Amino acid sequence: MAAPRHSAMLSISNAATPQSTSSDRTQAPQQPQSPAPTQGLRVPSNRKTIYDRHLNRSRNAESSRASFAYLFAEMVTYAQRRVTGIQDLEKRLNEQGYPLGLRLLDLLFYRATSTSSSALSSSSTSSSPPNRPLRILTLLHLIHGPLWRLLFQRSADALEHSVSPDTPNEYMITDNDPLVNTYISVPREMSMLNCAAFVAGIIEGVCDGCGFEAKVSTHNQPTEMWPSRTVFLVKFGDSVMEREKVLERAGIK
Amino acid sequence: MSATKASRIGEEIWKTRIDKVNAELVTLTYGTIVAQLCQDYDSNYQDVNKQLDKMGYNIGMRLIEDFLAKSGVGRCANFRETADMIAKVGFKIFLNVAPTVTNWSSDNNQFSLIFDENPLADFVELPDDGRAQDELWFSNILCGVLRGSLEMVQMQIEAHFVSDVLRGDDTTEMRVSLVRYIEDEMPPEEE
Repeated sequence: MAAPRHSAMLSISNAATPQSTSSDRTQAPQQPQSPAPTQGLRVPSNRKTIYDRHLNRSRNAESSRASFAYLFAEMVTYAQRRVTGIQDLEKRLNEQGYPLGLRLLDLLFYRATSTSSSALSSSSTSSSPPNRPLRILTLLHLIHGPLWRLLFQRSADALEHSVSPDTPNEYMITDNDPLVNTYISVPREMSMLNCAAFVAGIIEGVCDGCGFEAKVSTHNQPTEMWPSRTVFLVKFGDSVMEREKVLERAGIK
Repeated sequence: MSATKASRIGEEIWKTRIDKVNAELVTLTYGTIVAQLCQDYDSNYQDVNKQLDKMGYNIGMRLIEDFLAKSGVGRCANFRETADMIAKVGFKIFLNVAPTVTNWSSDNNQFSLIFDENPLADFVELPDDGRAQDELWFSNILCGVLRGSLEMVQMQIEAHFVSDVLRGDDTTEMRVSLVRYIEDEMPPEEE
């Protein structure tokens, strides 16, 4: 399932997989080989390429929320013109987020290891390990904490495991007020639509990139206090659940 | 109004009146948009440029109100002042960069914006397909934004990139030309 999506990726979409990954011992096998710096592509003589800039340079950089809102709105509007229904639209947004997740994963690990006393390791929820997570919970904490902080400058609001015995593979990450939905007004006839499907795609990319095959969907769960409260339902595949059992028995955390 | 004064205004607004997000979120979101277009248009980069410009135009038409509301600046006295306002206030408060205004034409109707920093292009490398570096203007949405927003304040302009570090050039430069000031026209009569 993951394979065809990987191959559909374009090298253009903000390749956050630069040289630094070559020093990353735990390179995921499905990672497309990182592009050789000078092969074919022209580079400026003043060496202003992505390979010459520090990956953490933009780490604390700020931009305006308005710019994000404009871009995201254009992205949704554009996607809407090419789809036939709500599900289709969400799928498309999801697919646009997916490659980001794959790349953000590398960025997260790079930053978690390269800065010792970073914000990544100082949260209540995170146990952010230097290595890729092996167990589901570690992965989910990585998403709930560091990933959310990288994207939205705060942690997600809740992380829960399905209480139903029929669906032990389902986990829920809740955001009370997703930034991506702040400036999207959904018409009444499309009330099922949740544009945070883009974020669901990012989560899916992170899971897949870590070797946890998963499907992530968004669900509107408004409360009186949080009208745009969104639940991201993460469903892990059977292979993941089987491995989880093996790892548990082996006592691997 | 002088360029330095415009810079001061831009700084001040950025510090006090702007809701912020992580710049990388903006960068990455823009990246996915361009990547999606390249996929949808089958790497026909001319079409991608056009579509980006169109998206920018849509944004610009709405952004101008936001700009006027946040900045509270009045009408510019001439096109030179407009240029400073775009570079030092507009770009500052929306993207937190302030490109250099330079290379004025002798009739003061054309100038260049040189981008020392371009947050839209962080983390980006164009596809190594032998064409993208010659055909794709990665940040073309910005041209549309200028076109759309200036049209809303009665200026018809033309904007295009002439160089981009992503293409291997030493600078990223956008050329902006004033076509005409749009005269107030009576709205079409309604039935």
